Amino acid sequence: MNKLGILTRGFFRENPVLMLLLGCCPFLAVTTSAINGLGMGGCTTVVLILSNVIISLLRKVIPDNVRIPCYIVVIATLVTIVQMLLQAFLPDLNKALGLYIPLIVVNCIIMGRAEGFANKNTVGDSFLDGLGMGIGFTIACFLMGAVRELFGAGTILGFSLGAMTAHPMVVFMLPAGGFFVFGILNAVVNQALKGKDVPRATEFGCEGCLMIQPAEEEPKVEAPKAEAPKAEASAPAAQDKEEGKESEDK
Amino acid sequence: MKIMLMILFSMILINNYLLSQFLGICSFLGVTKKLDSAVGMSYAVIFVMVLATVVTWPIQTFLLDPNGIGYMQTVVFILVIAALVQLVEITMKKYMPALHKSLGIFLPLITTNCAVLGVAITNIDNGYNFAQSIVESLGAGLGYMLAMVLFAGIRSKIDDNESIPKAFQGTPAILIAASILAMSFMGFSGMVDGIFG
Repeated sequence: MNKLGILTRGFFRENPVLMLLLGCCPFLAVTTSAINGLGMGGCTTVVLILSNVIISLLRKVIPDNVRIPCYIVVIATLVTIVQMLLQAFLPDLNKALGLYIPLIVVNCIIMGRAEGFANKNTVGDSFLDGLGMGIGFTIACFLMGAVRELFGAGTILGFSLGAMTAHPMVVFMLPAGGFFVFGILNAVVNQALKGKDVPRATEFGCEGCLMIQPAEEEPKVEAPKAEAPKAEASAPAAQDKEEGKESEDK
Repeated sequence: MKIMLMILFSMILINNYLLSQFLGICSFLGVTKKLDSAVGMSYAVIFVMVLATVVTWPIQTFLLDPNGIGYMQTVVFILVIAALVQLVEITMKKYMPALHKSLGIFLPLITTNCAVLGVAITNIDNGYNFAQSIVESLGAGLGYMLAMVLFAGIRSKIDDNESIPKAFQGTPAILIAASILAMSFMGFSGMVDGIFG
């Protein structure tokens, strides 16, 4: 698959939320306004790109049977960094997203891309894949946030819209509205795809998280040699850290 | 005692994890196809939630906070929960094969279930003491079960229903049903304060 294809397929064709039905929790929870949707999308994109790159760098050093805990350590560390940066520079957004920032760790999109793409592809491809999927998630969050904000508060990105602001339908901002708008979005996607031969997840399920395979599974070119020493250097650190945590638990 | 009851009932009815906080939605929409798997998943979640709180609360209070490394919360909690779920699965397989048969398939799903990590973090954020934290986890788990069972019942009428318009069949119909259920839970708001307040 060409580079552009890897980047752009996450936008619509394999959009993680609208097409693959992954990562629903943050998608439903924080999209009460377009800005929050963009913020959540941005944070997830940053974590997704970095985790894809790091896991792709480490893919030769991580032993196969402990790969999931290794991914969790990498992702959790990145999320902690993002959370600290938000606390320092964007405290308002941090407050609005609240609990859902640490919960990016368990977002199945990130785990799914690590397992399904980054651990068998080159660093460059993994970067593009992370970026594309992140942008796709952001597009979906923005759409959802914009619709909910428009009907629920009568504003768009904070700008008031006259009559709609005077009589907002508050239910769209509440949890019920989140489910409702997502349902309508799904119906719109269904209608748009009617008669077209585009693969789309038809069921929700946790089982899918770790098993999403990219559409084409071609053997990729090996990563350039220059990356190997760096990968080896950082791998023992991650492993030590993890072992430390495990023994602490006991 | 009154505060315990307030925490318990507000977690079940008002701050229901699935219907008003959007935690654990994947399993809510994914595992409710059949009533018995919904119930099995709920038992597993209740069990792991309480257990996770029992372990993570002391770690945060006695290990992370005194050493000034509270920011390691996310990393430590997710690893502890993952290790705990593994441990429970191994123990259950060895000593309680019957229980493992019914709950075992759900346990791996729970590691990446945001409701469990969510309840561990919420307990710390709310500043609850140990007993209150456990009550909150129990309430969250029971609320999860309530929503799962109700929704499994609703879904048995929706899935494969031919009278639903074509574009709405499948996921849209499920989400809109969830929306109506969430709306009905809005009716509980203020109830707990009214009774116990």
